[in-house]
Amino acid sequence: MDRHRDPLSARAWRAVGYGVPLAFLAFFFVFPLAEIVRRGLGSGGGESPWSVLTDSDTRQVLWFTVWQAVASTALTILVAFPAAYVLGRYEFPGRSAVRALVTVPFVLPTVVVALAFLAILPQGLQRGWAAILIAHAFFNVAVVVRVVGTFWARLDPRVSEAAATLGAGPWRRFREVTLPLLAPALSSAAAIVFLFSFTSFGIVLILGGPAYATLETEIYNQAVRVFDLRAAAVLSLVQLTCVALAVLATTRLEARLAIRGQLRSERDVLRRARTRGEKLVVLASLGGLALFLGLPLAALVERSLAVGGGHNLAAYRALTEPTAALLATPWEAVLNSLVYATGATVIAVVVGGLAAFAIARSSRWSTRLFDGLLMLPLGASAVMLGFGFVITFDRAPVDFRSAPWIVPVAQALVAIPFVVRIVVPTLRAIDERQREAAALLGAPPRRVWREIDLPIALRALAVAAGFAFAISLGEFGATVFLARPDRPTLPVAIFRFLGRPGELNAAEAYALAVVLMVVTAVSVFLVERIRVRRLGWF
Amino acid sequence: MTYRHEAFLTLVVVLPALGLAGCGSAESPKDVVLVTHDSFVVSKSVREEVERETGLRWRILQSGDAGEALTKALLTAGNPEGDVFFGVDIDLLSRALAGNVFDTYTPPQLGGVDPRYDLDPDHHVVPVDHSEVCAIYDRTWFTSRHLVPPRHLTDLVLRRYRGLTVVENPATSTPGLAFLLATVAHYGDFSWHTFWEELRADKVLVTDGWEEAYNARFTGGSAHGTYPIVVSYSTDPAAAVYFAGRKIERSPVAVIPDTCFRQIEFAGILRGARNSKGARKLIDFLLSERFQAGMPLTMFVLPARTGVPLPPVFRRFAPTISHPLELPAAKIGANRDRWVREWTDIVIR
Repeated sequence: MDRHRDPLSARAWRAVGYGVPLAFLAFFFVFPLAEIVRRGLGSGGGESPWSVLTDSDTRQVLWFTVWQAVASTALTILVAFPAAYVLGRYEFPGRSAVRALVTVPFVLPTVVVALAFLAILPQGLQRGWAAILIAHAFFNVAVVVRVVGTFWARLDPRVSEAAATLGAGPWRRFREVTLPLLAPALSSAAAIVFLFSFTSFGIVLILGGPAYATLETEIYNQAVRVFDLRAAAVLSLVQLTCVALAVLATTRLEARLAIRGQLRSERDVLRRARTRGEKLVVLASLGGLALFLGLPLAALVERSLAVGGGHNLAAYRALTEPTAALLATPWEAVLNSLVYATGATVIAVVVGGLAAFAIARSSRWSTRLFDGLLMLPLGASAVMLGFGFVITFDRAPVDFRSAPWIVPVAQALVAIPFVVRIVVPTLRAIDERQREAAALLGAPPRRVWREIDLPIALRALAVAAGFAFAISLGEFGATVFLARPDRPTLPVAIFRFLGRPGELNAAEAYALAVVLMVVTAVSVFLVERIRVRRLGWF
Repeated sequence: MTYRHEAFLTLVVVLPALGLAGCGSAESPKDVVLVTHDSFVVSKSVREEVERETGLRWRILQSGDAGEALTKALLTAGNPEGDVFFGVDIDLLSRALAGNVFDTYTPPQLGGVDPRYDLDPDHHVVPVDHSEVCAIYDRTWFTSRHLVPPRHLTDLVLRRYRGLTVVENPATSTPGLAFLLATVAHYGDFSWHTFWEELRADKVLVTDGWEEAYNARFTGGSAHGTYPIVVSYSTDPAAAVYFAGRKIERSPVAVIPDTCFRQIEFAGILRGARNSKGARKLIDFLLSERFQAGMPLTMFVLPARTGVPLPPVFRRFAPTISHPLELPAAKIGANRDRWVREWTDIVIR
């Protein structure tokens, strides 16, 4: 594929594209995780690794973890698909606002969402697997709507129109034309949703009730409660193996599913809904999604206003005052969150973007392995990784106690897989003939990259950046023990308020969650907008 | 162009590496680091005051809940994350001592501390605060229905309180574990099974943590709650007044005194502390009257020191639990995991 390139520059290019992400991952992910697993396996006491593996409880936990993740993924796609379709085919007022708003559930702390669900779910549904699946769908709808919707909006509608001219009905057109074209983006989104559901923690604990356990909750239980590090290490290896298998399967699928074709600019694809039927489809899809996402969010808003027997703004007023719950005023937490999120987004877009360009250029097994490796942080146990950070980065040159930059680094670890998964399908879909034509016209490789690949990737990069920003805003597991107490982020502040008794504290926690919602929607909206306008390719 | 690519490569790979080296440790001997859990709070003014008095720069490192924080301390024993650890619960005391995490230090202020809390004769750790985990009830809920609220632990399994109680899972929650220990202490080694079997038959709700139990299930903590009895802390009546968001004369929640189990939190100097001199000063400060007097309103725990005046809202609304249920720390250490397993079999399976 690189035959038009001058070999040395191609090699340098590959060194950067593979080298930077690999070095980043090896240092901040593989190294600390390997340390803690090694330590765990080497520690005495507890059960032998083999008996943990063959224990019937372990099998049961593994089985539940897998099936709930598969079912959650299916449900999420089902719920999100109509909205993705509308975003991918129609132009309507407030379209970018919808794309930003849909991200809101994605960043909320799981505890807060779980409590909101308890407030709205009927008594019989409050506990058990159904509640877990519904909450997972609520969280992850954004992934499918944004990843699939954005990709859909670049697909040439004329292909489907041509099929219609040839007499294919709508169902057949969808099955034989649209679905195969969408498949790479769908599998990307599904992989992310699967991994998130697979490692779900707070949702399972609260909405599942004590009878349900996933590998993640069991690892936490073994490591923290029972202090059997060996069992925790064995279980995290089981978890990583499952995740690796799932990831390899999807990267393989994705590379195979990629169909090259002319990607078009959104402006040429999207059109207004014309007939009454089309308008109805747009309204119903968006309205349905608004209801599904809006109800729990409305419950949060209601709880933030419930102080002193009535509804008022007391909790919001209290947010401006210094509080005993934090070493900073709650508003400073907003600022901290934004600063960290900016850092994490830059790291994730640079590292993830480099990786995506490298991955999209080749479909060799080594590239797929590299691709899969980048996904692993999404599926690793946050608890174990956290402990790994503690025992690994405890002395110069990397001592996280005196290095506030470790917060955006850890957040970027979670955001990078998103950048890769969002950008790769778009890059793969670029028609090689476009590059060849440019080269024939005498453009040197770098110029081909700058004028063909980059502009096309830009839209995807913007969506990825928005996501990275949102992930960083909402990240809790790593941030809670890496962030210095005098520089808390919003989720950390929410959690601190929630842990204190009294009506006002609870209301302040929900009020901060509402602030987080607003900050997320506005910043995702702006991040996507600034990029596109400033770089002016569309 | 090749040159340019390589320049870029240098930029991307080398600069961050330099950055890593540059941003490394910047700890001066004036720094003293307190490692603790998420619930630790100290007011800005107190913190600045101690920094002025001792000439130390006091940094706080919060690492998750009490269990996570202790796990991290155990993992880094000998090469600790900081100098002082605060937040060893009584139920984790034996694990902490067995892990050889602490150096011994007997602070001069220990004389002012109630000797009942001083459980480690070698003073690897010293008691800093105590709190009582109790079943509490929503007073308004019971009065508005003209029902008599439960008065004793044994009342909780009466038919008329069926389906009204929410407890935390002792496997995942500190107050949940304390309440399990309360039943063991009250009923003895085997009869506690019967209490829980009956409570299960009475449809007790088990939650993963305090946040869900209090903020979502308890009628006194949420308008959507449906359980008027919850396992929480004896200081809640005071907190409910202090954080009511308006002035009230009577606390909406009340404690069932004979359900209370005493929790004690300890602090100690981490073995291998870089600033052991500063660490001693910090321990002294944690036991000082100034800090002890501030704990009730910042952390909702009670001072381990005797004779420390409590804030008015505590004096007025928080009951004094003079004879809580207790168990020896060594007995807890030896049996905790087994009890939790048995409890899980009885209540969850």
